[in-house]
Amino acid sequence: MPFIANTDADQAAMLAAVGVERIEDLFHDVPEAYRFPELNLPEALSELEVLRELASLANENEKLDELTSFLGAGAYRHFIPSVVDFLSGRSEFYTAYTPYQPEVSQGTLQAVFEYQSMIAALTGMDASNASHYDGATATAEAVIMALNTVKGKRHRVILSPTLHPQYREVVRTYAQGMGLEIVGDGGLGQETGPSKGLGQETGPSNLDGNDFHALLELCDAKTACVVVQNPDFLGTIHSPQEMQALADGVHAHGALLAVAVDPISLGLFTPPGHCGADIVMGEGQSLGIPLNFGGPYLGFFTMREKDVRKSAGRIAGETVDLDGRTGYVLTLSTREQHIKRSRATSNICSNQALMALRAAIYLATMGKQGLRSVAEQCYHKAQYAATKIGMLPGYEIVNRGPFFKEFVVRCPLPVADVKAHLLLEWGIIPGYDLTQDYPELGQCLLVCVTEMNTAEEIDALAEALAEAAELAVDAEAFVLEMELR
Amino acid sequence: MIEPTVYELSSPGRHGPLLPALDVPAAPLPDAAFLRPADALPLPELSELDVVRHFVRLSQKNMSIDTTFYPLGSCTMKYNPKVNEKAASLPGFTNLHPLQDAEMTQGSMQLLFELQVYLAEISGFAATTLQPAAGAHGELTGVLMMRKYHLDRGDAKRVKILVPDSAHGTNPATTSMAGLQVVELPSDARGNVDLEALKANLDDTVAGLMLTNPNTLGLFEEHVLEVTRLVHEAGGLVYGDGANLNAIIGVAKPGQLGIDVMHFNLHKTFSTPHGGGGPGAGPVAVVEKLAPFLPGPLVAVEQVDGETHIHSDDYDHDEHEGYRLVWYTPSKSIGRVRSYWGSFGVLLRAYTYIRMHGPEGLRRIAENAVLNANYLKARLLAEGSYPVAYADRTCMHEFVAQGILEGAPGVHTMDIAKRLMDYNFHPPTVYFPLIVKEALMIEPTETESKDTLDAFADALIQIAQEAREQPELLKDAPHTAPMKRLDEVRAARELILCRC
Repeated sequence: MPFIANTDADQAAMLAAVGVERIEDLFHDVPEAYRFPELNLPEALSELEVLRELASLANENEKLDELTSFLGAGAYRHFIPSVVDFLSGRSEFYTAYTPYQPEVSQGTLQAVFEYQSMIAALTGMDASNASHYDGATATAEAVIMALNTVKGKRHRVILSPTLHPQYREVVRTYAQGMGLEIVGDGGLGQETGPSKGLGQETGPSNLDGNDFHALLELCDAKTACVVVQNPDFLGTIHSPQEMQALADGVHAHGALLAVAVDPISLGLFTPPGHCGADIVMGEGQSLGIPLNFGGPYLGFFTMREKDVRKSAGRIAGETVDLDGRTGYVLTLSTREQHIKRSRATSNICSNQALMALRAAIYLATMGKQGLRSVAEQCYHKAQYAATKIGMLPGYEIVNRGPFFKEFVVRCPLPVADVKAHLLLEWGIIPGYDLTQDYPELGQCLLVCVTEMNTAEEIDALAEALAEAAELAVDAEAFVLEMELR
Repeated sequence: MIEPTVYELSSPGRHGPLLPALDVPAAPLPDAAFLRPADALPLPELSELDVVRHFVRLSQKNMSIDTTFYPLGSCTMKYNPKVNEKAASLPGFTNLHPLQDAEMTQGSMQLLFELQVYLAEISGFAATTLQPAAGAHGELTGVLMMRKYHLDRGDAKRVKILVPDSAHGTNPATTSMAGLQVVELPSDARGNVDLEALKANLDDTVAGLMLTNPNTLGLFEEHVLEVTRLVHEAGGLVYGDGANLNAIIGVAKPGQLGIDVMHFNLHKTFSTPHGGGGPGAGPVAVVEKLAPFLPGPLVAVEQVDGETHIHSDDYDHDEHEGYRLVWYTPSKSIGRVRSYWGSFGVLLRAYTYIRMHGPEGLRRIAENAVLNANYLKARLLAEGSYPVAYADRTCMHEFVAQGILEGAPGVHTMDIAKRLMDYNFHPPTVYFPLIVKEALMIEPTETESKDTLDAFADALIQIAQEAREQPELLKDAPHTAPMKRLDEVRAARELILCRC
């Protein structure tokens, strides 16, 4: 059998030491009628065969390096420096477990501590934990921490409609036994007017009818927290003044403000930590983690120092050893399930340590200059793409304020048709179809542009979109002509 | 050697790899108020070689499965086959966006579908969700399903979950998170759930029982059929904590023993790397009546006739005509528990592992895991220094020894654990389960050889002798690890959680 070292002779010697005749005898506690059931599974494959099979499954996918992709919506294609794979592939890292024994786990612990340091620096917050599962579960944990942190019993949670739709869904799943009232994300409200030019807007920058004022109006003495996203799910970036005003308004009611953020954007834009946010969390996949069809990803979670003891999940802290040398341990474990059991701040045990390591290596490698240039390139390329698309007949850019690397395009034909045409004729995935999540927007596409997209690809996208619109017009004319005849 | 932090290594102006020059005209930036001044981005500045040396040196400060025996009880630190890593790095898998249309991702969806089916078959259940990201996440998923099942039947008074006192802390913590109340059950003299206590607590307010079997004492529940029958008769459901499935994979199907819902720890039983604390994966399998409550989306097979199946017996792995794989959310779903579909990269490693074992191989895993644990236990018992909890019973994949050594009253489990490091062994799980004094919870796993087990037993025996003769050797341990004992009290009191 693969990976088992015991030989027949070993087994015989061990059975003798144990004092039983056969291995089967060790399982006498298992009810006999159900012992050694038949397993209807395919027969074992050798390593060579299994790799062949997996390669064939992989080949049935249409992977992104054979296509041109502008698909984002919370999972992003960014440049991953070669060192990230090599260093996180050190098996001393990936075959260790949670560093319960700090003296022989300093590699993991210091890496986590450095991860926490860089994430806190990036978000402008006091402290970071060691990770959550992903952006969605980090958001749910933010809501729970807020409930445990605010004064008095509060049961209202306000979610922005431009918080990632899947994050909102996960918050609801987590909260279903908690007796909460979750409001605010019923819809985007009225449709928006035309774009007022790119990158210059500083006024209310969200889509009409769902700016922060609407969220604040819902905020009351029973509210535990307000959760928004910036840049929001539709790409719009809200000004620091707007964020600060929101934070002030939320705090006036004794509630907390939690902000989901794209960590790449923080290379260029003012972090929520500088604008009054109490919790800043989000999806860290952009920081050196491959798309991987949705996981494993990285939930990052940062907070104010005063709230650390109410937070969930592992945290590494600095200390000294008996010789006075600086070292690191898991700390504040009295909040956690293995100590506090039913009164723990969360049930989380394993987190995403290896993904946090990837993020730490990514941030250390890209560094101050590198992260800024990634953010700038995303910004400039997205503006370039929006300018080109905005000039196409029939297309309209919906975002009214500045946006970072994603923006919303209203299309002259159903988004499904746009996508089908571009994929078949051009090998382009133009973006994410918003009609399911935001039917009130009409035929809208969320386009994501990162440093991975070349000018040539963006030009092709614009050309392809123009062609799709023309074909739609032709098809309409054709149908009309047929009807007239 | 103290390794400086990335911030201490930082030098202004250094940088890693550069991006290509911007190939589009620069757009005007928004109002300056939006922007973070370049000097207000407090990230370190290192050369690529600085980064490489730093993290390689850090890695050398870890014990890991690939460097040392790592018998951490209840964590199943088995060898992580390298073929898993190779499979997981195929570009056709890594470079796939979770929101690509299903037509473009049929290969990965087929893998997920088959893994759903395999896990259900291995455990004797009807359907599986692959979404949960870790064991505790799977527990939350399962308990929320139990809650919703009762509510859906119009039975709102079931608010209690019974949890044995030997359970992992995640069980009671999960129960609270789901908005339910924990009732702790004592263990009996043989380490089983105390049947009288169970009966006394079973009434129409009980939503269910969370049962870890084998439990954290390494013991198979001797009355499992009676326990599950009693809970069912009282109208409750039984949650199975699959953390210890390695002991019974191929030996028993929890679904046949009366368990209604169970999570798997793919990073334990199915060899996916523990990653220094994650990522794991915690799929959840359920009996038929709970399937409508599974979190969505699942992968389902859509036949040409338009019917959708989540567990299709007539589905042919090698034959792709006549069906396609689709995303499907069950009718009464508790909702999504994370973004996208699950930790695909972890799931595919587990798939690879199952495919390499086949039905026979999976059973050999449990057999050798249990043999190794019993052998190690027998060696310690034969020597006699270490008491073993419930020593008269056959253990499963692990057993709980005690760091209570005759002739060495001042020596504790922690000292023994730290001294093991000097022998180049990772310590076992210590001080858990809580119901055993000075617990040393030892799980060798099936991938370790008799030679390794002998060396480990020899070390423990040698340490017991040291404890009697030179206790300071233990008290001051570790001596050869990268650090001496670290001051955890100070870490918690003078919180330093980041430094830049």
